Amino acid sequence: MKGTLSNVPIAKELDIVGARQTGRNIATELGFSSVDQARIATAISELARNIYLYAKKGEITFQQVEGVAPVGLKIIAKDNGPGIKDISKSMIDGYSTSGGLGAGLPGVKRLMDDFDIMSSDEGTTIHVIKWLR
Amino acid sequence: MRIPILKLHEYLLISVQVELDDQTAMQFQEDLLSKIHESGATGVVLDLTSVDIIDSFIAKVLGDVVSMADLMGAKVVFTGIQPAVSMTLIDLGIHLQDVPTALDLEQGLIKLRRELEEK
Repeated sequence: MKGTLSNVPIAKELDIVGARQTGRNIATELGFSSVDQARIATAISELARNIYLYAKKGEITFQQVEGVAPVGLKIIAKDNGPGIKDISKSMIDGYSTSGGLGAGLPGVKRLMDDFDIMSSDEGTTIHVIKWLR
Repeated sequence: MRIPILKLHEYLLISVQVELDDQTAMQFQEDLLSKIHESGATGVVLDLTSVDIIDSFIAKVLGDVVSMADLMGAKVVFTGIQPAVSMTLIDLGIHLQDVPTALDLEQGLIKLRRELEEK
């Protein structure tokens, strides 16, 4: 089992729940602990909500990867929205342009092991990985 | 989807048994406030034993309902938060510091009674 495991389009609010359920199922199959399953599902929820709130449409892709540990779950959140104007600000705790809690991106970074973000006016792509320990 | 709200003497009891999506959480917020209004309940126990994920949005909705109920004169206690959920909430940077919590339903009712007696 390697490469892309699943692809979940995000276009409506209920897709957020769908994405995190898919992610949790994959995490369970890969052997992640229940705490890591909750961390992964929560991170997906935050990423999917960001897509829905700021870009309206996008997708979440799940991949099995190999690296610092033999098994990792990589989650790619991609949209073609307006992009994040100031990435460094978006990584500050409490910063939010939508009146939310502002836990979003810095929270996701703490929940996962690796975190990468690319954003331009053509969209945003966020890569996160959780390694199986 | 609607979350059932039970009345027990002057308290309201809620056990969340479904995966909370945004709409269900918002609907619950509204339902609970109406129920407090029509029943005159002074205390609410919200049991989260079966909830295995709380993200920042759901946390905000649930945290807000505590403040809203407080404005109406009702105390809300959260019970049964799972270890994995409490760990993820702290990772997310959400501390819910103003929210009274208890280990389980029984402890929640004891805490509620104590808090209401102090008033």
